[in-house]
Amino acid sequence: MRVLAAMSGGVDSAVAAARAVEAGHDVTGVHLALSAKPGTLRTGARGCCTIEDSRDARRAADILGIPFYVWDFAERFTEEVVETFVGEYAAGRTPNPCVTCNEKIKFEALLEKAIALGFDAVCTGHYARLSVVDGVPELRRSADESKDQSYVLASLTPEQLRHAMFPLGGSRKPDVRAEAAERGLAVAEKPDSHDICFIPDGDTKKFLESRLGERPGDLVDAETGAVLGKHTGVHGFTVGQRKGLGIDAPAPDGRPRYVLSLEPVSGTVKVGSSDELAVSRIDADRAIWPSQRPLDGPTECVVQVRAHGGMAPAVAEADGDEVRMSLREPLTGVAPGQVAVLYRPDADEGDVVLGSAKIAATA
Amino acid sequence: MTYLDHAATTPMSPAAIAAMTDAMSTVGNASSLHSSGRRARRVVEEAREAVAEALDARPSEVIFTGGGTESDNLAVKGIYWARRDADARRRRILVSAVEHHAVLDTVTWLADHEGAELTWLEVDAAGRVHPETVRAALAEEPGDVALATVMWANNEVGTVNPVADIAAVCAEYDVPLHTDAVQAVGGVDVGFAASGAQALTVTGHKIGGPYGVGALLLDRSASCLPLLHGGGQEREVRSGTLDVPGIHAFATAVSAAVEHRRDSADHVTKLRDDLIAAVRAEVPDAVLNGLPAESPDRLPGIAHFTFPGCAGDSLLMLLDAKGIECSTGSACTAGVAEPSHVLTAMGADATAARGSLRFSLGHTSTRDDVDALARELRGVVDRARQAGLSGMRKQKQEA
Repeated sequence: MRVLAAMSGGVDSAVAAARAVEAGHDVTGVHLALSAKPGTLRTGARGCCTIEDSRDARRAADILGIPFYVWDFAERFTEEVVETFVGEYAAGRTPNPCVTCNEKIKFEALLEKAIALGFDAVCTGHYARLSVVDGVPELRRSADESKDQSYVLASLTPEQLRHAMFPLGGSRKPDVRAEAAERGLAVAEKPDSHDICFIPDGDTKKFLESRLGERPGDLVDAETGAVLGKHTGVHGFTVGQRKGLGIDAPAPDGRPRYVLSLEPVSGTVKVGSSDELAVSRIDADRAIWPSQRPLDGPTECVVQVRAHGGMAPAVAEADGDEVRMSLREPLTGVAPGQVAVLYRPDADEGDVVLGSAKIAATA
Repeated sequence: MTYLDHAATTPMSPAAIAAMTDAMSTVGNASSLHSSGRRARRVVEEAREAVAEALDARPSEVIFTGGGTESDNLAVKGIYWARRDADARRRRILVSAVEHHAVLDTVTWLADHEGAELTWLEVDAAGRVHPETVRAALAEEPGDVALATVMWANNEVGTVNPVADIAAVCAEYDVPLHTDAVQAVGGVDVGFAASGAQALTVTGHKIGGPYGVGALLLDRSASCLPLLHGGGQEREVRSGTLDVPGIHAFATAVSAAVEHRRDSADHVTKLRDDLIAAVRAEVPDAVLNGLPAESPDRLPGIAHFTFPGCAGDSLLMLLDAKGIECSTGSACTAGVAEPSHVLTAMGADATAARGSLRFSLGHTSTRDDVDALARELRGVVDRARQAGLSGMRKQKQEA
């Protein structure tokens, strides 16, 4: 196969590309320039947007002996990922930009371009197991549960998955690092990227403020309706957040208060106790079925609502584009805008992704 | 392999390689006073005379540098500082919008850090700077101009500027002109004295010489402060132990490029015209940028095209996979193909500027190179068109 390896400059995508080469594919490496103003060596390498990362990717490609190019996806990334991220926060939701990036950039913009240019697949360093049997993809959790990225890939359509390749799905991170070192890849010891790549200092609140400005509103006690304080914008809050609420007086019962909901139009942030935070019903829409099999009647599954953690057994039922989930154990910090991923547990081969949908409402 | 990127760098000539390896095997610092030093000095001075002779300059006007970027920096910063120090009003730099980054980024730095004011000289649709444009910019306020800088020939589209006419206008206002002739030497006649410019940049690796060595031709009357301080080896304007082998090979290449210019230009022009014809035959809607093919004010070796509906990076990758090497024009440090500032200044929109490729021929080019391109181009353009401009902006979905 002709394979386009997306190379971020990190260890995972370098080893993924190496394995694709070793498997006998005709591999070309591409680094996506996503930042309109790439960081320099002096600003350090976090995330995947710096010139140093681009050089690291190039050096890895040199070692593998594959052609390497840098493609500029900055405009598309800004439009599809950054603007969506800001817009979702402004609307009181909590987006996951990595999901959007996989969905819209790596496996849409890049994949489309790759296919048009004659490639058969896009290869990345994601930790998830993917198999395609008779044209039907099956996406499972990684063999390294602590690194599992099936959650951020679960929004890919069957068509996207048919052209995807995740060579690291069956491996554990320490083994990948060791393999990188054995292969002479200088990125073997490079630290993992964290946080959001387009917010290099990690200060999401400051980033959102710089984009959205101040949008003052009230902090309200969900039970009594009493105004407890003022805030500078709903985008500074996430459902389930406890710290940084800026409330002076303690709650009458002395228990900590959490953000329960965000109302962007009125600018109201409702707070209450953790009991009220607990969610046992999730309604979601924009369902995607990676294996082309919508749920058939009420289905026992495990629901995951965040990239890491936030899992509960549930019964899910689909109705067209919509999915309703009744959780057997309550979850907290379930934020509209996040993605709910449904898994069929499989301890041996890795949990199978049944589907994913975007959380619209909780109760 | 089909190498169509001679404007980026061209193979060293056997004569230059021989000169370089010869000089490398002898010891001697050209500033030392003993025999070995004198021997090295002699090589340098003979090189200086050869470069001067080839480029219609006096030997004392030849300052050896570490290449085109250094020469551009030295001329633009050095003359700016000297002229500003002599008269604090002189802070304005006239600069053409199509300069190489070695000039563009230098003037921008001077504006950001040294109080320079920039007057951008617009170009016509072919990328040419007109003397009247320079006159209008000078006439605004002649007393505040530090220098003007206009390249001899453009490295992307190959358009040759009327440098002598521009220099004459500058001379009327007593303003020094620097010209970056990196791409021009060996392609067209370049004479320093006859041009009337006060400073001229030339480099080795574009004309069959080595990397990392070049010269600034600097008029004796022009004052120029140094960038590099130290031993003052080159007229106190440039310090650093002289790179004897590099300079020897550089001079060999300059002499050969000038001596054989006419034959070489005929050979390369013929191939370029064949290439243009081949591209037009295979891709009828390809647009040749710059002056018309038959214009005399065009570098022999460069053919720059816009391929509507294609992204330059797609074309480059697909041709590379077929063993054909060319360029999208300008590249930034991250290796991202940015829309060319040259095409943008010529009035192209960003999409057209991104869908462009430069093919450049040189002394080792043959008819086979043109044939190889002709064989592959149509298929490559068709593919690139399917990929369109995706990634750059959201395409109309479900249209």
